[in-house]
Amino acid sequence: MDELKILLVDDEQEFVTTLAERLEIRDMNVFVAMDGETALTIVEQKLPQVIVLDVMMPGINGLDVLERIKSIDSRIQVILLSGHGSTKDGIKGLKLGAFDFLIKPIDIDELITKINEGWKKYCDSQ
Amino acid sequence: MKIKIFEMFYIKNMLQKVFEIDSSTSRYDHFRRNIRIIIIVLTMFPLTVMALINYHQFLKSLKHEIITPEKVLVNKTRHSIEFFLKERLSLLKSISHMYTYEELADIKRLNRILYVLKKEFSGFVDLGIIDGNSGNQLCYSGPYKLQGKNYADQNWFHDVNLNGTYISDVFMGHRKFPHIAIAVQHFEKSGRSWVIRTTIDTKMFDNFIAAMQLGEKDDVFILNKEGIFQTNSRMFGDVLEKCPINIQTSGHATYILETQDKHGDDLFIAYTHFNYPEYTLVIVKSHAVALRTWFALKSELFWVFLIGSLLIIIVVFQLTNVMVNRIQEADQNRELAFRELEHHRKLSSIGRLAAGVAHEINNPMAIINEKAGLMKDLMAFQPDIKYHEKFMVQIMGILKSVKRCRDITHRLLGFAKRMDVQIETIDLNELIEEVLSFLEREALYKNIEIKLNLSETLSRIDSDRGQLQQVFLNIINNAMAAIDEGGVITITTSEENDETVLTSISDNGCGMSEETCRKIFEPFFTQKAQGTGLGLPITYGIINKLGGKIEVKSKVNEGSTFYIYLPVKSKK
Repeated sequence: MDELKILLVDDEQEFVTTLAERLEIRDMNVFVAMDGETALTIVEQKLPQVIVLDVMMPGINGLDVLERIKSIDSRIQVILLSGHGSTKDGIKGLKLGAFDFLIKPIDIDELITKINEGWKKYCDSQ
Repeated sequence: MKIKIFEMFYIKNMLQKVFEIDSSTSRYDHFRRNIRIIIIVLTMFPLTVMALINYHQFLKSLKHEIITPEKVLVNKTRHSIEFFLKERLSLLKSISHMYTYEELADIKRLNRILYVLKKEFSGFVDLGIIDGNSGNQLCYSGPYKLQGKNYADQNWFHDVNLNGTYISDVFMGHRKFPHIAIAVQHFEKSGRSWVIRTTIDTKMFDNFIAAMQLGEKDDVFILNKEGIFQTNSRMFGDVLEKCPINIQTSGHATYILETQDKHGDDLFIAYTHFNYPEYTLVIVKSHAVALRTWFALKSELFWVFLIGSLLIIIVVFQLTNVMVNRIQEADQNRELAFRELEHHRKLSSIGRLAAGVAHEINNPMAIINEKAGLMKDLMAFQPDIKYHEKFMVQIMGILKSVKRCRDITHRLLGFAKRMDVQIETIDLNELIEEVLSFLEREALYKNIEIKLNLSETLSRIDSDRGQLQQVFLNIINNAMAAIDEGGVITITTSEENDETVLTSISDNGCGMSEETCRKIFEPFFTQKAQGTGLGLPITYGIINKLGGKIEVKSKVNEGSTFYIYLPVKSKK
């Protein structure tokens, strides 16, 4: 089994770098992207199994990025993040193939649980 | 923009008016009083005018009906008296023509003539022959000693010499009883003149008056042209006294006069003048007697008017009460509708604001959360740092506050979001029991008794299960927060009608003031130290969305009851 690689995508730099550091402390392999384009590049180059993706971003929004990720590799498990709390976005995201949906601020333990579940699902789908 | 400002201004004005209406029942009293006055004036005015017109017309017509027979009567009597006097005058003229002076100067013949006159005609008292030049009574037949009496200086003697005939006013004379004198002058071919004179007892006038058959309170009398009584008057004086009433004693018509007697009683007087002599015949009737029918009718008219007016007033009062009460009710309903509208507007705008605020706060909150989380992680990995414990306490404080903020923003978002309603058929009793299963532990812990009075025949309703769970959870949670240990919550379900089911949730907790009751459905209004003030507004919004209604009744220190009305069939 490959090593777990996680990609965090959020336009809030402080948030995404801090969250990345926290996951790294827990010995996770984390990549960070501040926008959709960078995220898609990292997906193609680094092949992360689990992606934590903010829905609302400038440029390509989270749901479009999700669609394109799924078109690159449908096995990649995407956990959507939103500060808006709109369930509509969550439902839409789930319909597009997202693995789960979390509302900011998130609980780190809950996120790690979801990431592990996503990785397990990724592994199962191989 | 202009339209919005206008709308706001309009709504504000309407609410102000509604508030005024609500706050001042005197406004309705004023309104009620004005309507009553207007209707009573509008109905009573024509009624009163009609009554007055009828009153006067009837009085006029009745007076006319009374006057006409009185006029006829007074004229007839005058004619009779005139005829009586003319007849006596003609008799004297006939005697003067039938007999010569010598024959009449014979006392025996004169006695015989007087005897016949007394026997065949009434009223004659005596008969005398007077010399036309000297005025000496040449021959006299009668009860008095007047033979040889000279009348040359008396006015009547001059009058008869001047006019040929003479009828006197009533006088007492030598005889000391009221009588009149009638005299006729006769010229012989030889140029000698003499006068035949008789005295008539005025009791004859009384006979004529008696024949008029007047009532006990009526009065009839004759006046001469100076207004002196020629007969006794029942009301105003005896014969030869001056009449106190000012009556016109000349003219040719029959007159009607209304005046008052010395006691102030109204009188009704009809009078007419004689052609010859210059007498006036007067009939006096009391108003009270003459208009007896009128007074009876007036009394009936008064009662009819009074009862009619009272009926109008009673009907107007009752109608006004019903009308104003309905208007008041309609105003109150309008006020409620405005409050509802205002509430909806408030909820809607706060919902939009809440969503925006929550989103904007969530992102920096997420950063604080992660930063504090990272600090916690670092502290956990390096336990030997100085002030480790103190730092951990501070970090946990930050994380706890972040969690609290997150709860608030999540609730705000929950308040703002409009999830699609998912309708299914629900057994409300089952749903309530399901909700209670979440709260059983807390109730047990707080020693709260939950009593259920669930209707076994309650209709199943079409509604959204998830949202109804949230509604009951919110309200029962609030009830638990309001009561101390050992309190009681009673949940009752029943059918309000064929279309609505009612659930009431009562607690015997601290209760709320009227002011609080009005505000509890407003966002951010809370009485709990840790409350967000969003639970009941969300509840209100959900029930409203499901086509239902929520009401609350509460008394301080006695408890509160929430009534939730839900439609059996979904309107959505």
